Amino acid sequence: MDYSHKLSKQIQDLPRSGIRDFFELVIGRTDVISLGVGEPDKPTPWPIREAAIRSLEKGQTSYTSNLGLESLRVAISGYVENLFHVSYNPKTEILVTVGVSEALDIAFRAVLNPGDEVIYHEPCYVSYAPSIKMAYGVPVIVETREENNFALMAADVEKAITPKTKVIALNFPTNPTGGIMPPEELEKIAALAVKHDLLVFTDEIYCELLYDNRQHKSIVEFPGMKERTILLHGFSKAFAMTGWRLGYACAPAPLLEAMMKVHQYCMLCAPILSQMAGIEALKMGSTAYEDMRQSYEQRRNVIVARLNGMGLHCFNPGGAFYVFPEIRSTGLTSKEFAIGLLEKKSVAVVPGTAFGAAGEGFVRCCYATAPELIVKAMDLMEEFVNEVRP
Amino acid sequence: MDPLIHLLQINSNRSTSELAQILSLSEDEVVRRMRAAEAEGAILGYNAVVDKHKAGHRGVTALIEVRITPEREGGFDRLAKRIAKFDQVRECFLMSGGYDLAVLVEGKDLLDVANFVAEKLSTLGGVLSTATHFQLKAYKQAGFLTNAVDDEERLPVSP
Repeated sequence: MDYSHKLSKQIQDLPRSGIRDFFELVIGRTDVISLGVGEPDKPTPWPIREAAIRSLEKGQTSYTSNLGLESLRVAISGYVENLFHVSYNPKTEILVTVGVSEALDIAFRAVLNPGDEVIYHEPCYVSYAPSIKMAYGVPVIVETREENNFALMAADVEKAITPKTKVIALNFPTNPTGGIMPPEELEKIAALAVKHDLLVFTDEIYCELLYDNRQHKSIVEFPGMKERTILLHGFSKAFAMTGWRLGYACAPAPLLEAMMKVHQYCMLCAPILSQMAGIEALKMGSTAYEDMRQSYEQRRNVIVARLNGMGLHCFNPGGAFYVFPEIRSTGLTSKEFAIGLLEKKSVAVVPGTAFGAAGEGFVRCCYATAPELIVKAMDLMEEFVNEVRP
Repeated sequence: MDPLIHLLQINSNRSTSELAQILSLSEDEVVRRMRAAEAEGAILGYNAVVDKHKAGHRGVTALIEVRITPEREGGFDRLAKRIAKFDQVRECFLMSGGYDLAVLVEGKDLLDVANFVAEKLSTLGGVLSTATHFQLKAYKQAGFLTNAVDDEERLPVSP
């Protein structure tokens, strides 16, 4: 059967994720040191796992409210207020989702009409452009550049604004660059959003993982922003809960209600087991991740020093657990570098182009990996760089 | 705690150059601070944490609860220090609660430990009573799980 006529044109036109292509080269090989992951290297802290086991033992296996367990929403409200100094009503302004991915998808579907433009920054997490397209929106890329430490420049955003622009989507600290936003630049973007009456989606999934004693500032904290911001956050990164698929959205009630409609028809609710684990995670708060955060910071210091030491220019990222070294001096493209390194030295990194065309000339290395393995991977990468450099 | 000491406490097997990279210090500075911590007794020593069963050790370990009489001058210290000096004693702590000293003793076999308690420990002036508990199986030592259950492997590449 010719399935091309059976499939949605919209979906056929979406590209496959570059991560997926690369994954297939690596899968099944046991000899590889992988810096290619996008998640913590430790399992979820034991008290959180233990709370989930207890919840299963008690027989808590039912649906929950579409919005999520009220006790979890109350806990989220407190946690979010503590992080961002913005208060959300747990009854009407917080929705528990299946990871931030779902929250992002339903946020786009809730607000976009066909042809509406969404400004987002690349290199970025793989699902932004597809999520916008699946909601019949038009993705508008603004590149972030290494010379700005991969922060988003308000001047670049301003140039991209048209009468059709509806949303600016932000994700800082950023996967894959580790870039963060200087507060003064964030303030300018907030002012642009107010001036042009735009919505802002801010994906805060890495906001707890900041280094060098930095304090996080979210765009939602600026005057006039709460009413036009959908704040997306979740448990995956800081709490090492990627597989639980638990996230949430905080937004003014009319926006949240629209997202809730999509959520209730396509997802019903997030799994109760994950929600019970989430309650325990928020009870633990920063005690659940502070040791890991410190450990990531130390690993970042090692990997940044080693990459620069081997002549791959690498800026010192302020957050998340990725470094994004430039590999142009090797004369290879991102893909050639990643494939060569995998084939010759059995070290996996992800080509920067998997995160958008602006990632050409870079690769992503995740340092949420045991320090010993980081050192070994850097030794092997240095050998590779010396062999291929013209 | 000094981050260098914290790192060594987690894993004392790291090279000084690795520690220097992690802490963004020079290797000389790391060595200087380690020597200083050793000199002032903040670092007492460096051990491997050994799963004795897997390492083929056939000896026994016992936790001995010891009740002692505090002395007019010095309280529990003088006697506790005397007990701690025996080679068989691996750990010795003053405790709150129903007894005074928790003494961890290693021996070749049950008899060896029993002899130590009967001949050396109980006979010390000031020791009122002992209660000996032999360890049967280790589940966690010095922060490490023994026979750590295999945590599920991560995917090698993920977004």
